[in-house]
Formats: sequence, C-alpha cells, structure tokens
Amino acid sequence: MAAGQDQKNQQGHAHGDGEHTTHHIIPFSILRNVCIALLCLTALTVLTAKFTHLGIFAGTVAFAIAFVKAMLVMMFFMGLKYDTKLNRMIFGLGFFFLALLAFFCVLDIWTRVTVHNTL
Amino acid sequence: MSTGNTTAAHDHEHHYAHHFRDAMHEFTSAKEGIWLFMVTEILMFGGLFVGYFIFHSLYPEMFAEGASHLDWRMGGFNTFVLIGSSFTMALAIHYIQRGMNSKATVCLATTIICGLIFACVKYFEYSQKIQHGLLPGHFFHYAEAEHKNLAMYFGFYFCMTGLHMIHVFLGMGLITWVMIRNIRGDFSPEYFTAVEGVGIFWHIIDLIWIFLFPLLYLVG
Repeated sequence: MAAGQDQKNQQGHAHGDGEHTTHHIIPFSILRNVCIALLCLTALTVLTAKFTHLGIFAGTVAFAIAFVKAMLVMMFFMGLKYDTKLNRMIFGLGFFFLALLAFFCVLDIWTRVTVHNTL
Repeated sequence: MSTGNTTAAHDHEHHYAHHFRDAMHEFTSAKEGIWLFMVTEILMFGGLFVGYFIFHSLYPEMFAEGASHLDWRMGGFNTFVLIGSSFTMALAIHYIQRGMNSKATVCLATTIICGLIFACVKYFEYSQKIQHGLLPGHFFHYAEAEHKNLAMYFGFYFCMTGLHMIHVFLGMGLITWVMIRNIRGDFSPEYFTAVEGVGIFWHIIDLIWIFLFPLLYLVG
C-alpha cells in the first residue's frame, strides 16, 4: 500500500507544476528596491493628484499607479513571482471574478431606461 | 495531531502532519489554502470597490466634495507607514529563512509598531469626522453639505476603511502570535509556514490600502 501511495504521490508531484523542493529566499536587495519603488510611486500619486491638473484623467492616472504598486506588492512582497503557477492562477481567478462582478453591475446600471407610466 | 516524521530531537522542531508526503508538501498545501483565503478577501473588498466605482461615476461632484473633507496628508503618511510595515514583514520572512531569528523578531516588532501608528492616525481621522458629523446614512449631521447625498460618500469611507482597519487589528494580532512563536524558537529555515501565511495576509492589507488611498483621499 505504501509503495502504491508513493507511486501515486510521485505522479501527483510530476503533475504539480513548478513544485519547489526548497524554499526560495527573496534577496534583501530586491525587497529594499521594491520598498523604495513603492514609496516613490506613492509620492508620484500624491504629486500627480494634488499638484497637477489632469482633469478627467486624474482617476485613470491614480489607478494606473496603484495598479503598478499592487503588482510590485503581489510579485515580490507576496512572492507570487517565485510561487507555483497554481497559486498565481488561484489569486488571478479572484480578480477575474471581481471583473465579472464589475462588468455585470456596470452593464445593469448603464442599460437602465426610465420607464414612464402609460396607464 | 499525530505526526509523521521527526527530523531532529529539538523540542521545538516542527513535525509535519502524517497525511503529508513531506514538510514541503505541508508547506505548499498550507500556502495554497492561504491564497484561496486571499481570493475571498479580494472578493469581499472587491464588492465595495465595485459599489464605489458605480456610485462615483453617478455622483462625481458629491464624491469630490466628500474627498475634500479628508486630509490627504494623513492618508499619505499612513500609506508610507503601511508600505514600510510590508517591507519589514517580508524582511522578517527573509531573516527566518536565513536562520537569523532575532533579526526577524525585530522586524516583526517593527511591523506591529507600524500597525499601531497606522491605527493612531486613523483614530485622529475618525474622531475628526465624528465631531463634524460626517457619518454614514442617518447618522450624518453636517450642516454645510453641498450635496444632499454626501452621507453616501461617508458610508463608503467608513465601510471600506473600517473593514480595512479590522484587518489591520487582526493582522497585528497574528503578527504578535508569530513573533512570540519566533522568540520561543518555533521557526527555522525549514519550517516557517505560519510566518509566511501571516505575511501574505499583512501584504493584502497593504495591497487594499494602495487602492483605498488614491480612490478615497486623492481622486474622490
């Protein structure tokens, strides 16, 4: 039984992509650089939002910078860059379903028509 | 819990559970669970963000008025604090992985202090809003509101930052727990699953704040 299970595990192991055998240590220099980049991008968000007049693009610019910062946090601090494909997919699915929620909510709001009572 | 294997005679040595193939199998399974939990976090906050986007596009001027009542300096300061805390959290894992546990303890303690600073700033912000009557729903009693539905902005503000604040407190509690375990000598380069999981939780708090700050304080 033990041998059979071992074999099964081996197969499971082969299927699990990129399954690590050792823990990946993220170098100090990468963590430090990511931290500096995040702080600089925060300063940039404040500068663009408060000291420039971007008008209707203000929201888009702020969101774009936030997106870059979020990617840095996810890839390096949360370590998704060094994680398994499965974990990346799991987390990505969260955002996919969030996009789905946003899509149908927006679709609902922007396709509403005012119905006048004709009775 | 029954244990599968012992690798050393040390008291605090971690023994992986019998239903796992090896220690790495246990680690990856635990981490997968954490990521699934993170998806639920994204979806929980995501619902609020979708609501924010829809109502923001319906009443942009009202949201701008709401944002003008927030102090972006305080929000910005808190963003720096939270990014710093995320860095020290990641650093704590880095040090544990290299067997430098006392340095990791310092990092974890710094992370908790950053959480406390964040909470203090938030306390001042909240008390200011409460004083002025800038509150959600029928609690709203600010006399000089330009838009009738300004209470909605503060509904979003308090729900989103409040839920975030609850996460900060939970995170601080969890970091205290792993810090005590680290001082006790539970963690080693071979076993640090709890720190890794708590770390991911703390980073998602940072991740959510990265979006909350520009949306609530800056763009409005």
